[in-house]
Amino acid sequence: MKKSVLLGALAATTMIAGFASAGTLDDIKARGELICGSNNGLTGFGAPDADGNYQGFDVSLCKAIAAAVFGDQSKVKYVPTTGETRFTALASGEVDVLVRNSTWTFSRDNDLKFDFVAVNYYDGQGFMVKKDLGVSSAKELDGATVCIQTGTTTELNLADFFKTNGIAYTPVTVADDAEAQRQYEAGACDAFTTDASGLASTRAAMADPTAHIILPEIISKEPLGPVVRHGDNNWGDIVRWVHFALVIAEEKGITQANLAEVIAKSEADEAADPEVKRLLGIGDNDMGVMMGLDKMWARNAIAANGNYGEIFEANIGTSTPIGLARGLNALWTQGGLQYAPPVR
Amino acid sequence: MTLASDTPKDSFRLSMLIYDTRYRSYTIQFIVLGLVMLFFMWLVNNTITNLADRGKDIGFGFLWSRAGYDIDQQLIPYTNDSTHFRALLIGLLNTFAVAIAACFLATVIGVTVGILRLSNNWLVARLMTVYVEVFRNVPLLLWIILTYVIFSETRPVPKDYKVTDEMIAAGQAPKATMALWDTVAVTNRSTNLPAPLLDRPLGGFDFLSIPINLSVLATLAVIIGSVWFNRRLLKRAKAIQEATGDRPTTWWKSLLILFVPVILLLTAMGLHWEYPVLKGFNFQGGYSIAHSFTALTIAISLYSASYVAESVRAGILAISKGQSEAAYALGLRPNRTMNLVVLPQALRVIVPPMISQYLNITKNTTLGTAISYLDLKGTLGGITLNQTGRELECMMLMMLIYLVISLMISTVLNVYNTSVKLKER
Repeated sequence: MKKSVLLGALAATTMIAGFASAGTLDDIKARGELICGSNNGLTGFGAPDADGNYQGFDVSLCKAIAAAVFGDQSKVKYVPTTGETRFTALASGEVDVLVRNSTWTFSRDNDLKFDFVAVNYYDGQGFMVKKDLGVSSAKELDGATVCIQTGTTTELNLADFFKTNGIAYTPVTVADDAEAQRQYEAGACDAFTTDASGLASTRAAMADPTAHIILPEIISKEPLGPVVRHGDNNWGDIVRWVHFALVIAEEKGITQANLAEVIAKSEADEAADPEVKRLLGIGDNDMGVMMGLDKMWARNAIAANGNYGEIFEANIGTSTPIGLARGLNALWTQGGLQYAPPVR
Repeated sequence: MTLASDTPKDSFRLSMLIYDTRYRSYTIQFIVLGLVMLFFMWLVNNTITNLADRGKDIGFGFLWSRAGYDIDQQLIPYTNDSTHFRALLIGLLNTFAVAIAACFLATVIGVTVGILRLSNNWLVARLMTVYVEVFRNVPLLLWIILTYVIFSETRPVPKDYKVTDEMIAAGQAPKATMALWDTVAVTNRSTNLPAPLLDRPLGGFDFLSIPINLSVLATLAVIIGSVWFNRRLLKRAKAIQEATGDRPTTWWKSLLILFVPVILLLTAMGLHWEYPVLKGFNFQGGYSIAHSFTALTIAISLYSASYVAESVRAGILAISKGQSEAAYALGLRPNRTMNLVVLPQALRVIVPPMISQYLNITKNTTLGTAISYLDLKGTLGGITLNQTGRELECMMLMMLIYLVISLMISTVLNVYNTSVKLKER
């Protein structure tokens, strides 16, 4: 009797495992919520606020995806991941999409069997040091002790940078940003290195941000973006186009505030911008169906937290403590790299 | 009697496999074995299928590709151009370094504490009880983090050791000074010790890409030789004493034999010390021992010593009181009673639990992850796993290595246990 129960359970798990690979979108719809791999403590990008709700630039993209799928941005479960656990969590199916400032690299794309579907932040690796150290360039860091987060591309860039410049350093590999920050503040390392955006975020969370400077050298390209498992192209397309919808919305001047107004105007006006009509599903435009969503997908995504520019300014922009300028992340029309293909 | 001879002739029928008590247990064992094997086959098959579904294979080729990352503590040469396999070796040696140091310290502290806990001195015995209970009853991870934080938060930063010209002019002393006549500096990052340097070293060679230093080997050989000669000298003295009753004076000969050859060799090779000096951000020169190593070793030693102490106490208490009373009656002092009578007998009770203590110490070194100590878990199971994305391979390899280490330790100690066991003839 017991054996047959065991075998039955085995058979059941195998069958569930079989269903699980049917399609990420179907799974998410059946489950009723999106599971989003998030950062566990990077202020401005992904961190729980005082009430325990996840907030941030990356988190807003998760919310927009949930809004596009369900029409409700709150249907997201956030799974905090560290630099070490994030890819395992994604590969094992524990999370549907990983939006955790992860760098798009060749080997992650090909060897780890992931798809980086978009770049929502163009970044580069930098160094932060205490002001009283009297260092003004990363090349003066000969012999320094440097804190790095393990399991990241920064670890490899750091080794390459010091090697090409012929200078030495002592690495201190820490598990996450919070521990890195503690060690850096305690003086256990002279410099802390990670993506420049991460440095700005860490600095903003410190007791006295003005006592620390971010060195001018950017030693690598770090295109950060949402990641999905390789093989489910439909789900990859959904994540990609939600990001693009937010970028197009900024380009067309559609904001959270004027969304209803734009919809009303486009519905009334025959001559209104046809791309806006296609994006927002006005009239008989029904682009969402092509990827298994309804025609309101982009409206819902924009209504969640606004367009790309709004999300940027609200979480990490110059008016926030993190104070990042748009820089490379401005729209292509304003000298940046954020460029969305047309909705057609 | 007639009934017994009536038993039917042994003709084997299939149903006997279940109903005959002679065969039943074999049948059950056979079926269970089959089921267990089926389960494992299913497990392996399931893993391979699922990996194949995700387009992944199982392979260990990644071990020979360039690692690309740096490791702060390396006992054999390593750069970021070395392979992942080399990084694995570095991690393994770092594991051994902590495990050996901690096993040694835990034994010394544990035996001392265990004996002192049985002391007749009320204060000493109570103090040792407090030590054992406090360390045994708080999780090891907390001790490790606490020790590390104490080092990194209370020691001065390297910059505090700096003496500038203005400070000399103003007659100011630096915030921190080096200990032991300016030879040792304990900063909040590492302990910096002087390192021996040779003017005329004997050179060396690489064995399996591990550098072998001939000067160190020569020094070790001379020391071992001296100790051997000294033992022969003492043996002869003993023989003379037993034959004639007069023991020849040996102390100055022992000193000569033990120290003169080594000193001569080291002087010939031109030994001098390289002292750590503050240069730029950190102390340069000498040996720099990161606090992650020191803290991990200290915490594991103190924690495990409390268990060792209890084993030792149990072993001593297991020896009947009559033994020590008999020794006292013969006029032996308490010290010699312990060393000559009680401890040798207690060893056979103490050694078996010590085996599992040493195994625990070795396995507990993986907790170094919490304070960024790059042992095997940190290199193979941490950075390599992450950079290559080979979770399954790295985990299996790591488990295999720990299994082999543990089995080796228990084999060695079991051999030792057999040698101290009560000999029954």
